[in-house]
Amino acid sequence: MSTLYDKIWDRHLVHQEEGKPALIYIDLHLIHEVTSPQAFEGLRLAGRSLRRPDRTFATIDHAIPTINRNLPFKDPIAAQQVATLRDNCREFGVKLYDLDRVEQGIIHVFGPEQGLTHPGMTIVCGDSHTSTHGAFGALAFGIGTSEVEHVFATQCLQQARSKNFRINVEGELPFGVTAKDVILGIINQIGMGGATGHVIEYTGSAIRGLSMEGRMTVCNMSIEGGARAGLIAPDETTFEYLKGRPFAPKGEAWEKAVDDWSGLATDEDAAFDKFAEIDANSLEPFVTWGTSPDMSVKITGAVPELSDARDSGEASSFERMYEYMGLEPATPIEKIGIDRAFIGSCTNARIEDLRAAAKVAKGYKVSSGVNAMVVPGSMQIKQQAEEEGIAEILTDAGFEWRDAGCSMCLAMNEDVLAPGERCASTSNRNFEGRQGRGGRTHLVSPTMAAAAAIAGHFVDVRDWKFKS
Amino acid sequence: MDKFVTFRGTVAPLFRANIDTDQIIPKQFLTRIERTGYGAFLFNDWRFNPDGSKKADFVLNDDRFSGASILVAGPNFGCGSSREHAAWSILDHGFKVVIAPSFGDIFYSNSLKNGLLPIRLDNFLVEELAARAEGSAALQLTIDLEDRLVSDDKGRLAAFEIDDFRRYCLINGLDDIGLTLQHEDRISAFEAKMGR
Repeated sequence: MSTLYDKIWDRHLVHQEEGKPALIYIDLHLIHEVTSPQAFEGLRLAGRSLRRPDRTFATIDHAIPTINRNLPFKDPIAAQQVATLRDNCREFGVKLYDLDRVEQGIIHVFGPEQGLTHPGMTIVCGDSHTSTHGAFGALAFGIGTSEVEHVFATQCLQQARSKNFRINVEGELPFGVTAKDVILGIINQIGMGGATGHVIEYTGSAIRGLSMEGRMTVCNMSIEGGARAGLIAPDETTFEYLKGRPFAPKGEAWEKAVDDWSGLATDEDAAFDKFAEIDANSLEPFVTWGTSPDMSVKITGAVPELSDARDSGEASSFERMYEYMGLEPATPIEKIGIDRAFIGSCTNARIEDLRAAAKVAKGYKVSSGVNAMVVPGSMQIKQQAEEEGIAEILTDAGFEWRDAGCSMCLAMNEDVLAPGERCASTSNRNFEGRQGRGGRTHLVSPTMAAAAAIAGHFVDVRDWKFKS
Repeated sequence: MDKFVTFRGTVAPLFRANIDTDQIIPKQFLTRIERTGYGAFLFNDWRFNPDGSKKADFVLNDDRFSGASILVAGPNFGCGSSREHAAWSILDHGFKVVIAPSFGDIFYSNSLKNGLLPIRLDNFLVEELAARAEGSAALQLTIDLEDRLVSDDKGRLAAFEIDDFRRYCLINGLDDIGLTLQHEDRISAFEAKMGR
């Protein structure tokens, strides 16, 4: 009796020796400009070749500007990094989706969109949010640059087996509660290191009821609970999403693939090392108040007080967070005003996210004190949003409409919070300085971010007066 | 990778929970394409004011810890982003060992691949080591990787666990890729059999 994770693992086991890590085959290697240059350099220095350039795909996302991309980069070091990726892809024969391509985008938006991500695959990338691809029932996880080099040279990784963690989300999501709130609620419950050493499998009717994009949002933030990867068993929703995409199997190969993928599920009585249960009906829109993703409260709640801390260690963390975030204990979340809103990132920059934000923004204006920006996950999504009229709704409301990239999720480019600025952000991390030194990040769903941008402070999107 | 030898070093205490890799090496330093020179940026936003001057109250700016080679930190050290630059910056600053109750998985793996030894000890022991390091006399520890022991001047403090194979690689400075390439025939056979 085995879990979905065990099954994918077993299918990719190349070699296992007693007392040594397993050698696991990697089906798909995604790369970007930031974590690959030292790996390519390592290959060159050792005189090694890239074993499977045909299983390696590159795009550019982390350090690039999201505006005026036709002009030379303002940051010469970032420009050199991008140029280095181009040179390396040319030298080693890797397919690069460069800035002039409509497919270009955030690597974890790009992969699924192009149909590169298939159920049952092993997928790695030098980026911790690789867990996103687990939404398809692929074993996908982030690796460091040494491992990027290892995959370049061998198409394999030395890995120790992770433990199995099942998180069951049963019930129906109430109106206004999104996939983002599901994962924020999960991380709030299990804690930031709650899944360390584990691969999470998300199960239950609420997960089954999510679209592929919602499932990607959930799996994306598995790493924020410390998990190696997140998984959702493939089903009709998965196959429907994949069918017809550029790198999806075609014709007879498609039928064969679906047949195979349909068997990718955890056996009924397979044992898990850890288990958590979430009641979907009780979830509300969440807002993080602190500097780690587990520090969230419901929109109807308030900044916790010191007496709410579980122990003295957490109490001292609370004190640091109050100071960094500029918040007083017991402040109602709806009383917190914002300076910026950011709708984007590999967590929440897909077409459904933008549609949901536009639905809230329609007929309204961004509050006069707020700067709000929307950064689509790929240029293809940007184009689609423009065709659907979503872009117009958002720009009419006063949102900036940018080109695709990671942008202010990690603020490696010029999209940065100023010290003390407070931001409603659809990204995945609220760490100190993540969006800019001294910047204050509150993680929320796209609809909550759009509503906050318009109101100038956090509001409960469940009470929103939608205009048609 | 340098071979890891048993050594003695001074402890620098930074006992905070969930120190993420964004704190260890902020993103503005990730546009570099080199593997070296990141020590100057280690804990940049905690260590330096925006004008570049040192923050007096940060541990690495305290003269008592200037030559420290063992970092003692709180639980879930190195969580967050996969950036290997975090391990590079800690090593480049002069640390050889990080002791914490727990580590982020990717950071733990990145450390081992660069010859930085992450040691997991019980929370109360780590907290005690941090408190002792804060005391008047510098805390010197000896790390014996062969026997998996942490000792102070009075003797053995704690045994730690580490995967045997990883320990063997660290002690011998072995290159993972070289080891995997010894199985080249098996990789080719897998590709042929599985249609990869």
